[in-house]
Amino acid sequence: MKRSLRPLAATAVIFVIAYAVAVLQFPNMLSTRVLGNFLTDNAFLGIAAVGMTFVIISGGIDLSVGAVIGFTGVLIAVLTSWLGFHPLAAFAIALGVAALFGAAMGFTIHYLQVPSFIVTLAGMFLARGGASIITQDSVPIKHEFYATLGDLMIRLPGGGRLSFIGMVMIAVFLGGALLAHRTKFGSYVYALGGNSVSASLMGVPVARTTVQIYMLSSVLAALAGIVFSLYTSAGYPLAAVGVELDAISAVVIGGTLLTGGYGFVLGTFVGVMLLGLVQTYIIFDGTLSSWWTKIVIGVLLFLFIVLQRVIFAASAPAEKSPEKV
Amino acid sequence: MRRLRLDRLANPQLLALVGVLAINWLLFPSFFNVTWQDGRFFGSFIDVLNRGAPVAILAIGMTGVIATKGVDLSVGAIMAVCGAVAATMVVAGYPAPIAVIAALAVGLACGLWNGFLVAVLDIQPIVATLVLMVAGRGIAQLITEGSIVTFNDPALIFIGTGSVLGLPMAAVIAVVLMVLVTLLVRRTAIGLFIQAIGVNRAAASLAGIHSRMLLMLVYALSGLCAAIAGIVVAADIRGADANNSGLWLELDAILAVVIGGTSLLGGRFSIPMAVVGALIIQAMNTGILVSGFPPEFNLVVKAGMIILILLLQSPFAALPFKRRPAAPNKTASS
Amino acid sequence: MADSQYVLEARGVIKIFGSHMALDAVDFGLRAGEVHALLGENGAGKSTLIKILTGAYQPDGGQVLVDGQAVTLDNPLHAQTHGIGTVYQEVNLLPNRSVAENLYLGHQPTRFGLVDHRRMERDARVLLTRYGLDLDPGSELGTHSVAVQQIVAIARAVQLSGKVLILDEPTASLDRNEVERLFEVIGDLKRAGLAIIFITHFLDQVFAIADRVTVLRNGRLVDTQQLDALNRTDVVRLMLGKDIAFSGATDLEPENPTTEVLLEFTGYGRRRSVHPFNLTIHKGEVIGVAGLLGSGRTEMARIMFGADPADQGTMRVNGKAATLRSTTDAIALGFGFCPEDRKAEGILGDLSVRENIVIALQGKLGWFKALNRDEQLEIAGKFGESMDIRAASLDMPVKLLSGGNQQKVILSRWLATDPAFLILDEPTRGIDVGAHAEIVRTINRLRDDGMAMVVISSELDEVVAYSSRIVVMRDREMVAELRGKNINPGVIVQAIANNPDEATL
Repeated sequence: MKRSLRPLAATAVIFVIAYAVAVLQFPNMLSTRVLGNFLTDNAFLGIAAVGMTFVIISGGIDLSVGAVIGFTGVLIAVLTSWLGFHPLAAFAIALGVAALFGAAMGFTIHYLQVPSFIVTLAGMFLARGGASIITQDSVPIKHEFYATLGDLMIRLPGGGRLSFIGMVMIAVFLGGALLAHRTKFGSYVYALGGNSVSASLMGVPVARTTVQIYMLSSVLAALAGIVFSLYTSAGYPLAAVGVELDAISAVVIGGTLLTGGYGFVLGTFVGVMLLGLVQTYIIFDGTLSSWWTKIVIGVLLFLFIVLQRVIFAASAPAEKSPEKV
Repeated sequence: MRRLRLDRLANPQLLALVGVLAINWLLFPSFFNVTWQDGRFFGSFIDVLNRGAPVAILAIGMTGVIATKGVDLSVGAIMAVCGAVAATMVVAGYPAPIAVIAALAVGLACGLWNGFLVAVLDIQPIVATLVLMVAGRGIAQLITEGSIVTFNDPALIFIGTGSVLGLPMAAVIAVVLMVLVTLLVRRTAIGLFIQAIGVNRAAASLAGIHSRMLLMLVYALSGLCAAIAGIVVAADIRGADANNSGLWLELDAILAVVIGGTSLLGGRFSIPMAVVGALIIQAMNTGILVSGFPPEFNLVVKAGMIILILLLQSPFAALPFKRRPAAPNKTASS
Repeated sequence: MADSQYVLEARGVIKIFGSHMALDAVDFGLRAGEVHALLGENGAGKSTLIKILTGAYQPDGGQVLVDGQAVTLDNPLHAQTHGIGTVYQEVNLLPNRSVAENLYLGHQPTRFGLVDHRRMERDARVLLTRYGLDLDPGSELGTHSVAVQQIVAIARAVQLSGKVLILDEPTASLDRNEVERLFEVIGDLKRAGLAIIFITHFLDQVFAIADRVTVLRNGRLVDTQQLDALNRTDVVRLMLGKDIAFSGATDLEPENPTTEVLLEFTGYGRRRSVHPFNLTIHKGEVIGVAGLLGSGRTEMARIMFGADPADQGTMRVNGKAATLRSTTDAIALGFGFCPEDRKAEGILGDLSVRENIVIALQGKLGWFKALNRDEQLEIAGKFGESMDIRAASLDMPVKLLSGGNQQKVILSRWLATDPAFLILDEPTRGIDVGAHAEIVRTINRLRDDGMAMVVISSELDEVVAYSSRIVVMRDREMVAELRGKNINPGVIVQAIANNPDEATL
């Protein structure tokens, strides 16, 4: 098996075992209802995590996604509820704003040659602060279009339902996988994460690709914000605080190397589902408290970081050449 | 002891601090008014010192980490853990000193854990410290069992709200810690070795410097500083809030260190200047508050500061100052 | 003008860095269907010339011609459109991606706008077969040997450029079989009419594959010759600039067997780095190490200093067995090492001259016995003066000093630790005449004071002048130990050039 597949295989195995254990304990968990809720409840996280996957494969990190989700929610709420825009128009504006925002971050990262974490940190402050300046309260969204979208769903056998936002997430994952593995842009993203010097010598448009990667991440974060506003029917400036950490965790647990170069969009899906499983299990159990989620995620994160370290150190080509470096 | 020269005071950080304070004073003329009440000073300026202390304390530890080309994302979460430890222990009836020592020990252990991942397992610092950043708050909630543990142990509360010679205890702790750590790194060879590793690890290793122990030390120190900051914050609000204690403060601490002139690429560092950086951030926060802007405006200002610093440190910033072959008077003559 | 016999030509190319003339009116011509070896020691200007021919640098004078037409090559990608492809020593591909993607990145076949993996891998398989590689094009490049990666890099370069192939030390990290395989590929490409520039420091390989050779020294063209008219000694002489016929015999410094033995290396070596060697070093003696770049001379220095620990053999210091697990062990025994690459491994660029000088002594003293500022200034001042370090202030960053002064700083760093044994790797390369003389003077003074030294240098006159004995390295092996009278640069050149068969005679 390719070494880059090994962490993903580990995740899949852990997911299957964990799910089996959970089902043995609570047979109700094996139902389309629970599975459908899995997708609905984690839709915004999954969409944001797809963007994060691209960023991390390219060797960067994006700390701004949670803030962009919050900002988008507020922007849409204000545009529809206060200014009377149609939600679709508000969506388009929000996605456009996010694209510009991501482009600015990518531009800064490439041209000022600064670590992505500090630039996206500024982005996080800016988006959170911007949202809070617009409003500090939760702004409800009451629009029939929201109700229409909320009713849109596919009924699954067994009483489960695949909601509209669940479908959006699945579509984003499929689109993301296609983009990562079947387009030139995708191959450039992996190239940057592998070795940006080689990539540039091989003709990869490094500047353009970097800008596009952060644009993609911000646009998907904005889409996650739209989904989140559909989920909560409100916009709140402090919504989705810390989602970037959950997204990063899902990406790493899904088999993407945090230092870049290796990873799978569909692996991130398994990662998101594993996080969702932990949460659902804790709810089903009823005696466990919510903070165990964070601890379990932290432990998984640690295990996968060490696992990747072992896999990629052990199978690296033999000792470096005797020539000095 | 070296002579303190006047020109050493005229550095950009101190000038920026004076500038921010001056703007506060212009916007809010009573900014520097200090009153004496109940045996201590009160006033907006004193408030800056008090409120700025936690970030200053974190920045003291963060400086060493950044000087070795690393970063510690976990300090906010460690604050929450240590605050929770101290609070639950006094509530459980342990005397305050024991609770404080236990909290400090937990912070040190967290720091050593980070150091182990970075120095021994050779994991990138940002990745290694992410683990505790994610798990830390969960651990803190586990300790407090999800509630905000309030306490009224006078000794522990004194750490957050007491005063020494009329000055807020938190600020005094920050200053004492700054002096102690500065002496530790400057009076020993540790500071020189940290810089050597940050500048050129290969050359430092050929010159016979062991980087592992040193990396363990800087991360341990960062964990310890986070513990102190966590205790101060918990003592200030008389309770441990696992969700919000130290939230995003790791980012403020990094910002303070960078404002203090230590490059994210490692090398030369200054702990006092990082503390000044923390004061600059807090002076702006306080200024925004007293001017009646919503506190969230801070975030936008901080984002602006990061962008400004990135621009100042970028290769382009040097361009206007580069000597060009064509001198200006030459163009004038043509 | 289409009268040029050359596919790629440099005419009177000049390149200046600061005040340093890296290339001084160099002419170079490459014909179709030839393998042209480019030789020269470090700093001779090889890599500068290559960078100009691939568009990475712009010449400050002269011109580059492709098929007789003057061209301006903006960057390596632009050079590629002129048919010039390059393969570097450090394979500049993506080890994390598949072999096929490395071959076609940026030019992948697409179907309905999506990359057609199946076709790409089919094409890759066909292409690789032509290079004698039968492997799964979908496999990760990093899992293959360096030789295979090297061939993939060549395949990509030929595929995208197709006229000129520049191979910059492609064999540096290959074993003998891998080199042969690579040479078969190069031979095929040559027969297909490609013009190939081949850079290496292994003479065997030059004679095995090249048709013509161009030698550079100190930024100047020494000569371009048909290789079948030359023997190995001729080539080494061209590279090192020693005219054997006119070089008088010099005696080495008298060996003084009565002095005590300081160090004894027995069967000392490191797998994949240096073959086991035996060497005894007395106090007050300089051992000169001669050998071309890549001969294992630097590797020998590094294992003697514990930077790369030895994995075979023993070492005795003052008669007592000792092991070096790290540089710290070596420093504790009183060793010091000035590395060849000053910038990457020597200086701490952002730190001051003072800190750079005291760092090793402070490392020896440990964390808590700190030298205070005054002590540091005193030490730095003392060596700054005795070594004649030209710095405006001892507190200025060392990166602002000239190369020669940086070298003096590093030498001072070790002298401050009062070492018993110093290893100097190319201490005089790339520095100005004044600093050069100062360093040679210092070596002589230290030897007379009783210090033991190993000095690696390609300046043979210089090595002969201060050494008591000279060891010669070739192919990562110590092949000769020259002592006694009648040692001159000519003899050394002979020893370096001898191929293994002659040496056994």
